[in-house]
This record gives sequence, C-alpha cells and structure tokens, in this order.
Amino acid sequence: MESWRLNKKLFASVAALPISWLLFFFIVPLGIVWLYSFGRNAGLTEVEFSGTFANYLRAVEPLYLEIFGKSVVVAALTTVLCLVIGFPVALAIVFAPEKWRPYLLLLVMLPFWTNLLIRTYALIAVLRTEGYANTVMSWGWAGASGLKTLVGLEPLPAWEPLELLYNNFAVVVGLVYVHLPFMVLPLYAALDKMDKSLIEASLDLGASHWRTINRVVVPLASAGIWSGIVITFIPALGAYLTPDLLGGTDSQMIANVIERQFKRANDWPFGAALSFILMYATFILVAIQSMRSKEGSAR
Amino acid sequence: MARRAIAPLEYTRRLWMRLWVAAVLAFLYIPLIALIIFSFNDSKRNIEWKGFTLKYYEKAFENSSLMEALFNSLTIAFFATVLSVILGALTAILLWRFRFTGKAGLEGTMTMPIVVPEICMGVAMLIFFNGIGWPQNLPWPFSLSQIIIAHSTFCFPFVAMVVRARLASFNRQQEEAAKDLGATEIQAFRDVLLPHIKPGLIAGALLAFTLSLDDFVITFFTSGPETVTFPIKVYAMVRFSVTPEVNAVSTLLIILTIILTAIAMKLQNAAALGASPK
Repeated sequence: MESWRLNKKLFASVAALPISWLLFFFIVPLGIVWLYSFGRNAGLTEVEFSGTFANYLRAVEPLYLEIFGKSVVVAALTTVLCLVIGFPVALAIVFAPEKWRPYLLLLVMLPFWTNLLIRTYALIAVLRTEGYANTVMSWGWAGASGLKTLVGLEPLPAWEPLELLYNNFAVVVGLVYVHLPFMVLPLYAALDKMDKSLIEASLDLGASHWRTINRVVVPLASAGIWSGIVITFIPALGAYLTPDLLGGTDSQMIANVIERQFKRANDWPFGAALSFILMYATFILVAIQSMRSKEGSAR
Repeated sequence: MARRAIAPLEYTRRLWMRLWVAAVLAFLYIPLIALIIFSFNDSKRNIEWKGFTLKYYEKAFENSSLMEALFNSLTIAFFATVLSVILGALTAILLWRFRFTGKAGLEGTMTMPIVVPEICMGVAMLIFFNGIGWPQNLPWPFSLSQIIIAHSTFCFPFVAMVVRARLASFNRQQEEAAKDLGATEIQAFRDVLLPHIKPGLIAGALLAFTLSLDDFVITFFTSGPETVTFPIKVYAMVRFSVTPEVNAVSTLLIILTIILTAIAMKLQNAAALGASPK
C-alpha cells in the first residue's frame, strides 16, 4: 500500500469517479431525505423545511408505534425460525462428504438468486385457498375420512380449506422462505472454520450430542450466529413485498406505511421521518454487530 | 455392500439430519418446481393437471407489454452492470492500493448501500430525482437513466467486495517488475493487474446483473409512470390473479438465473483455485 501523496494524479484518477458517485447518488439523496424528515407539507408538491420535529412526534403515536412493534416482532420471529431451521442445515453441509458440499451449498443458494417476486408468487400459488397446500391437506382429510368409514365410524365432516394466505401467518412463512439462505450462509461459514477436534474431544469425554452442540458448537460459532441474525433481521424488518403481497389488511409493516406516505397519502416529510427511523434502527444493529465482531477478533 | 458404522461427526449420515435437510430443501423448492410444472399445464386454473402445452409461453411472448418490460429490465441490468463493474473495480483498487485520510470512512460509506433497507434507498432516490428535477419523458434508453443510476448505486459495492477479495491474492512484485521493464502505469494495469482481477470482474458483473434484474422495491420508487420493468409488470399481474402466463415468464427468468449462477460459480471456483498457493 502506498500513500496517496506519492502519485497524486493516479490517486485522483482512480478515486474521482467512485467517490463522486457515492457522494452524488447516495449521500446527497439520503441527506435530502434527512432534510425532508424535518419539513412540512406546504401545498400539494411544495415542502417547507421548517426544522420541525412534528414528523418524528407523529411517528411515536400509538398507531405507528404499534406498526413498528409489530414489524420488530415479525422480523424477530422470522429470524428465530430461520435460525432454528437453518442451523441443522448448516451443520449438515459442514459435515457432509467433501464432494457433496458445493452442491448442497448451491441448492441453498439458488432460491436466493431467484427473483424475489417470482418466489413470492410461487408461494401465493402454494398458500391460497385453492392452492397446493390446501389440496394436499384435503386429500389427507379425505383419506382419513375414508379410513374411518372403513372401520365403521362416522366419516369426518367435509374439508374446510384453511385460510393460509393474506394474514400474518403467510407473512412469516414468506419472510422465512425468502431469508433462509441469508441465515444458512454465515452459519455455514462459521461452522466450517471451527476446529472439529473440539467436538470429538467433547464427545470422547462423554458429553451427549445435544450437550456438545449446546456447550461447544454454539459458543464457538457465536460470531457466525450473530452475523446471521443481523443479516436476516435487517432485511426482514424493512420487508415491503412480502407483507404487501402475502399479508392481509392487518399485516402492514413499516415499509408498507412508508410506501403509502409516498404513493397514496402523499405526505413525503412524514414518510422521510419514518424511513430515517428505520435507517437508524439498521445502523444501530450494524454498529452493535461490528463492535461484537471486533471484540471477537481481538480476543 | 457393507456399510460403515456412522462415525460421531458424520452428522450428515444420521437419519433425522437427512430428513431435516430434505424437508428444508422441499420447502425451498416445491413452490418453485410447482410454478415451473404448471407453466406447462393446459388449464387456466393452476391446480389440476390437464395436459402438456406451450401455449402460455406463446401467449407470454405475444404479450407485448410484458416483453417490453422484460427488455427494459435487461437493458437496465446491462447498463447498471457496466457502471457497477467500473465503479466497483475502481473502488476496490483505490482501497487496496492507497493509504489516505478518510479511508475508513469511505469503506464504511461504501458498505452502506448494502445494508440500508431497500425501501429507504427507494425513497431517497425518489426524492432526489424529483428534487433536482431530473428530466422526464426522455427518449427510450435515457428514460431508464434514473433506474440505472439507482441500481448502479446499490450494485457496485458488491462488485467492489468481490474484486477486493481477488486483489488480495495479487503479487505486487509482478506489477513492479512490469514497470521496471518499462511499462507505463496504464500498460501495467492493462497487461498485469487487469488479467489477474478478471475472474473477479466477471463474477462481480454477474452478481450485479442478477441484483439489478431482481430489484423491485427501488425500481418501484424510481421508475416514472411510463417505464415498466419486468418485476413491476409481474407485480401488477400478480395483484390481479395467478395465471399460467406469469408462470411461463417466471420459468424463463428462473432458467436465466440458473445459467448465470452456474457461470458465476464456475468462475469463482476457478478464481479460488488460482488464488491458492499451488
């Protein structure tokens, strides 16, 4: 690495484009949103920058606090489910025979590369009232009913399809479906780096598999687990498409409320304040995570 | 065939583990596979199998607004990829080669487009392009400029990360040798550094292309009423109903994704092999 002073011309020619791009098309837009969040709607398209905190005060009204709270709960539930579902998968990939490993990883990765909208659409077809999930369950129901009549019992009442779509359940299923690869990859990376002889030692000394996982594997992989949690939680918290397409009227998350301020409600300053609150939450999480990982590497 | 006993660490050979992995893969793939299968189904309803047909593919290809949206998306992805590769490579080289004040700040800022929630990014782009009065109603490729700029902004940090990882394995002495032998800065870059980072550039380009093609939220905010991209068109169609036509186009896009991912994986493996000290 060399000091930029040694070759100022070269430095300038390399630095100019990316730095000005970041400045003009990222920092400035975010700065304008920040300014808007202290503004006030004056007329239809005019926004007056009055330095008011009214937008932030409005954001802590019970109606919006409830939506924030709900988004956090939904995102947290999604993260926990991803962790519980993903951890054994990551473990299985780490201990899989060498020649399977890239293929298993690819299988987990591939849906992640598939268009989000297509995956959400695929899920709609599974969950809707006349969808695959209900069809399979109705077959099972009919089978059970048939069995009961065979042994001379009353047949079951007619199958009532479950309402699986357009509710909070669908939103959580959709978020888990979309974010599972986010969780598996960091878990895999952490577990792969782990010294496997420690697990052997624990097993040799008489600990059960469950105890070994709890007391040896999880603490050793904690850095990966935390980064998996953050990587899953942040996009889940800001999810727009999943609650919009799979959720019902009561499944609104923050992102949907923000979108409404910009499209239908046309209250840009308030929308700007809401999106900055979401952004602060993200930054705090990222800061905690990076402090954690620094501590971990310093130890 | 004699089977070995399961060793303590062979978790993957345990039945419950295999069932778990199989169940998760089923959860991930059954919706997608069902979507693909029913794109060939000769029935408007998506649930009963009525025989094989390609008519929904024909219909999709005849749907001019859908094709226009797809073409727009591919055009945006192409330009966003070119810009992202240039910006990402420059950023990676800048951070790899130079020591300068504010470097940590730049590194932090550069990762921000990756972590900032999509919705915030979309909002920022909407307000920005409105605020500066970006010209509307431009002729075709320029009408996509706002979306291309927005996509480049969130794609290039990914390219920078991939290229930077690749640069870590570069032997600076090669570049110095080239310069000692009389190569100019530009020649040394073109003939020594560029060939080395090429796998990273291609992998980064494929990543940027997929990310751009995939994006819905940011495009939703940046696109004017006249520009329709593929995800936005599909979004409008999905809101109305679940039709085999959407299945057909989705299948085409899934196949495109699989091909791109396969190429990226191959290149990344090649890059990893090249980087190992063998």
